[in-house]
Amino acid sequence: MYNFEYQKPGALADAVKALGAADAKALAGGMTLIPVLKQRLNQPSVVVDLAKLGLSGITVTGDSVTIGAMTTHATVAASADIKRAIPALAALAGGIGDIQVRARGTIGGSLANNDPAACYPAAALALGATITTNKRAIKADVYFTGMFTTALAADEVITSVSFPIPAKAAYVKFKQPASRYAMVGVFAAKGPAGVRMAVTGSGQGGVFRFTAAEAALASNWSAAALNGISVSADNMMSDIHGSAVYRAHLVGVIAKRAVTAAG
Amino acid sequence: MPQVTLTVNGKTSSVEVEARTLLVELLRDKLGLTGTHVGCDTSQCGACVVHIDGNSVKACTMLALQADGTKVTTIEGIAAADGTLHPMQEMFREHHALQCGFCTPGMVMSAIDLVAKNPQGLSEDEIRHGLEGNLCRCTGYHNIVKAIDASQSLMHAKAAE
Ligand SMILES: Cc1cc2nc3c(=O)[nH]c(=O)nc-3n(C[C@H](O)[C@H](O)[C@H](O)COP(=O)(O)OP(=O)(O)OC[C@H]3O[C@@H](n4cnc5c(N)ncnc54)[C@H](O)[C@@H]3O)c2cc1C
Ligand code: FES
Ligand code: FES
Repeated sequence: MYNFEYQKPGALADAVKALGAADAKALAGGMTLIPVLKQRLNQPSVVVDLAKLGLSGITVTGDSVTIGAMTTHATVAASADIKRAIPALAALAGGIGDIQVRARGTIGGSLANNDPAACYPAAALALGATITTNKRAIKADVYFTGMFTTALAADEVITSVSFPIPAKAAYVKFKQPASRYAMVGVFAAKGPAGVRMAVTGSGQGGVFRFTAAEAALASNWSAAALNGISVSADNMMSDIHGSAVYRAHLVGVIAKRAVTAAG
Repeated sequence: MPQVTLTVNGKTSSVEVEARTLLVELLRDKLGLTGTHVGCDTSQCGACVVHIDGNSVKACTMLALQADGTKVTTIEGIAAADGTLHPMQEMFREHHALQCGFCTPGMVMSAIDLVAKNPQGLSEDEIRHGLEGNLCRCTGYHNIVKAIDASQSLMHAKAAE
């Protein structure tokens, strides 16, 4: 690993200022950033640890669940309030990686990183979440801009994420067995924003909405409504774990399972 | 150089580290606690698992500086002062849950966290899923699962004392 300067500011304004330096990088749970640094894929000048900014915590109201950026996957998975309000979200968090990854990894880090195989982006897009930063509130629809890229500026820090509570929702993941990242993950939701279905793990541009499925489900919320509806293999990822054609097929299968699981 | 102050197995130390020093490097190279192993260095095998403030984490995927002010427990810190093994260690021995032993420190630390956090008891299936972050190249896992299962009643009885 290349060396860098390490800072752990105690105030958001100081963190934002530190991130203004050339090649500065925020550090949350480190479950993605540290492996990247170990491989020397990134050479930050300054690493700004967000741990002391008071950005973790969960607030549930009648119509939304708001999660602080530094809240770990383990905390979300174990939250009785989230299990009651959006059980699919708690289950998604409990299915990320392994116990040790869930003890450190955070929702803010997952959404900032926007790995094409990550789980949280599917929940954010399907539920129509709002990502709040030190500067503004960003709708999920315009937040995810492509594989590993988002609408965030270099010195922008996610502070919290807010999810409208859906009438029903489920996340089903076909796991890559070694890492447990999604080969295909589908988050299906029927909520205030209508019927929405987001797919992760498979799109070349990262998470995307399966609009043909949404249209069919809007008039008939059932797995059978998805018979004959598929995604094109053209924009699917192809790697040692699965070809584009295989992934496109899986999207159809997992989408049905997600609708069934949502009930 | 930056300094990190942390309590490892009950003993508080202040150590100079580089910003890029990993927690596992601090434990092994600076504090001489070589029971914590490095298997993969890619955050997948769990040979490096230690407890930080009561949670099992991968010490190869944490900067030493991130552990500033925390309480760390390593495999060296779980037996009693008189050498009596922790029930999990005892059950690993009894059920022959290791062959080469390389994965064992991480397995034991993960297993202790798993059992301690589930006082309601774990099924065999839940134990297997609870070990997702730990790889063993030797045993085929069966005896590890048996050892963890057997440790449940012992650990819960001890916690209730
Ligand atoms: C073995 C293993 C298995 C995994 N399996 C899964 C899985 O099944 N599903 C899944 O979804 N993920 C998985 N992950 C990834 C895990 O969820 C990570 O926690 C997550 O991707 C990154 O979160 P983090 O808090 O660790 O962020 P970090 O690694 O600290 O940071 C990641 C990136 O986000 C930036 N960042 C972090 N926080 C903020 C913020 N608040 N504002 C702005 N930028 C920020 C950082 O600068 C960095 O670029 C796995 C990881 C490992 C090591
Ligand atoms: S050495 Fe840390 S997970 Fe393998
Ligand atoms: S006993 Fe050899 S790796 Fe597990």
